[in-house]
Amino acid sequence: MAASLTAPMALADWTRQWLNGLPVADGPLAAVQQRGREALAELPVPSSRQEDWRFTDLGLLAGLDATLACSPSDAGLPPAAPGVLRLVLDGRSDPLAGVVLPAGLAPLSDSELAQALGHTLAATACEHHWPVELNHAAAQQVLALRVASRSCLTLELVSMQAAGLLPLRVLLVLEEKAELELCQFAGAGGAGLTSLVLEAHLGRGARLTHGVVALGRNDAALLAHLAIEQEPESSATLATVAAGWGLARFEPRIRQVDGSASTTLRGLQVVDHRQVADTHSHISFSGPEGQLDQLHKAVAAGQGRSVFNGAVRVPREAQRTNAAQLSRTLLLSDRARIDTKPELEIVADDVKCAHGATVSCLQTDELFYLQSRGIAADQASALLKRAFCEEVLRDLPGAARQWCRFEHLLASV
Amino acid sequence: MIRPDAPVLLEIKDLHARVEDKAILKGVNLTVRAGEIHAVMGRNGSGKSTLSKVLAGHPAYTVTAGVVTYRGQDLLALDPELRARIGVFLGFQYPVEIPGVSNLEFLRVATNARRAEQGAEELDTFAFEDLVRERLKVVQMDPAFLDRSVNEGFSGGEKKRNEILQMALLEPLVAILDETDSGLDIDALRIVAGGVNQLANADNATVLITHYQRLLDAITPDYVHVMAAGRILRTGGKELALDLEERGYDWVDQELAAQAPVPLEVA
Repeated sequence: MAASLTAPMALADWTRQWLNGLPVADGPLAAVQQRGREALAELPVPSSRQEDWRFTDLGLLAGLDATLACSPSDAGLPPAAPGVLRLVLDGRSDPLAGVVLPAGLAPLSDSELAQALGHTLAATACEHHWPVELNHAAAQQVLALRVASRSCLTLELVSMQAAGLLPLRVLLVLEEKAELELCQFAGAGGAGLTSLVLEAHLGRGARLTHGVVALGRNDAALLAHLAIEQEPESSATLATVAAGWGLARFEPRIRQVDGSASTTLRGLQVVDHRQVADTHSHISFSGPEGQLDQLHKAVAAGQGRSVFNGAVRVPREAQRTNAAQLSRTLLLSDRARIDTKPELEIVADDVKCAHGATVSCLQTDELFYLQSRGIAADQASALLKRAFCEEVLRDLPGAARQWCRFEHLLASV
Repeated sequence: MIRPDAPVLLEIKDLHARVEDKAILKGVNLTVRAGEIHAVMGRNGSGKSTLSKVLAGHPAYTVTAGVVTYRGQDLLALDPELRARIGVFLGFQYPVEIPGVSNLEFLRVATNARRAEQGAEELDTFAFEDLVRERLKVVQMDPAFLDRSVNEGFSGGEKKRNEILQMALLEPLVAILDETDSGLDIDALRIVAGGVNQLANADNATVLITHYQRLLDAITPDYVHVMAAGRILRTGGKELALDLEERGYDWVDQELAAQAPVPLEVA
């Protein structure tokens, strides 16, 4: 138990040291930085005493360089398809410098930015979360884009974190009936932390498909808040895949502001060694006839730890909500650990809200069936593990699917 | 087709097996030669399905005594995948659904594993597609089933056709078909039985495990064995199956009670 007592102390020290080492607040986000720094100095660091962090130890961060990373890299990905815009986010330079944006895509003006930045974080009640304030305190750049009404675009965002902290801030505004396919790759090339805060506002009838492929390493961490606000008749699909991180935490935060929208969430996290992966999703329906289809999967090997907490809020005004949430874990080691919890809060009385959770090992009957056809035991178990992941991987949009070869995910599992 | 000089493919001698602490097979003897079709009949719980699973190497079953020789080789010493590669095939009573594994890929990997054992070259995706499309005809199967996950959402009949398709691709020398007729309507039974008949030849052998005579109307066995209490109680020709159909299994109980099992030598 010593670790759980000393870790928050070490993390608090690290936070202080890191705050002291930050450059003077500057640039378009100076005010945000200042507020974030003040907030962070006051906020208690996450610890196992807080319900939201009960199972997830942030101790890894305390060992990282308390500096800002600068890491321009395309992560060695194959080039973007013709006509697809790829932006490399290094946390420091303007990702739009020298870039010609396609028709239908435009940067937000300063006044629009002032109005919109933080709006969705507040709407999804996470603007004061510790990882968000950390991002506020550090982020020097924000990629703020508007997708014009009725345009249909594909965009790629790529980042490769080196040692230190890589803060990434993204703000997307999709106008009425705009469509955006967003493929995001977050890699790790050093012992560092990628802090991602993304806000997306979907106008009426807009459609966002966002796939995140995050491939890390044992000494690297990822903290990601993905906040989406949906107007009626909009559709949001968010698929996140994370593997290999010493620590990865995803917080998808979705709010259907007036119901009647459709949300699809897909998550896959793979842990091995002593890795920790945690997804805390939060979906709130603030109007009737909203839909949610959520599938979260985890593969846990070694002494890895996988956490899933799926909150769904259906207040009185959210009648005829149709929500389904399923969490499935494949346990590959008796030393791995799973904590999975649905958290449904339903006040409306005319709703369909299904939820379920399964934890299983590889099935003997499935293995035997494959073996009885001449397929070797190790090949059979690889096929089954791949099949387990495939259910999420197939929902990654275009290029993200190519970045996420199964072999990378389960190299060591 | 019975040819006394045909090579013995499979020889089971005094086979005993249990699942967990329960003894199920209690001394099975059976000799299968090339070209033969055997039917093993018997009530639920008589040990028929256990026999098939033990032969295929299911990990839940433990062999406690006896010997199984396949073409002179100790079959029980081999892992399940090796048994399959050298030509022993089990058609499952309940084919397993494997969501996320494409049927086509599964069939290709399995076929190539068998081919490698036979010293044949590996088939690439295109060559395999040609082969599988040709073999689909054996069971009149819709190619759309190739693009789905293994057995996922297949009807009972579709699953059994998929089993026979696998048999058509793997070309086993001994095929043990466990209750291949269960859950089939008349048309599906005819198609599946037709597939088995097409694949039977002078060099291979088939062991059909079944409850009912109706499968044997479509596939004519050379031998019919009646299993009870973990042993083969009686062996005869196809008329024994008709006899069973007419008289039921009650006489089996009487014979068991009398503790006078008929000698089991098969030609």
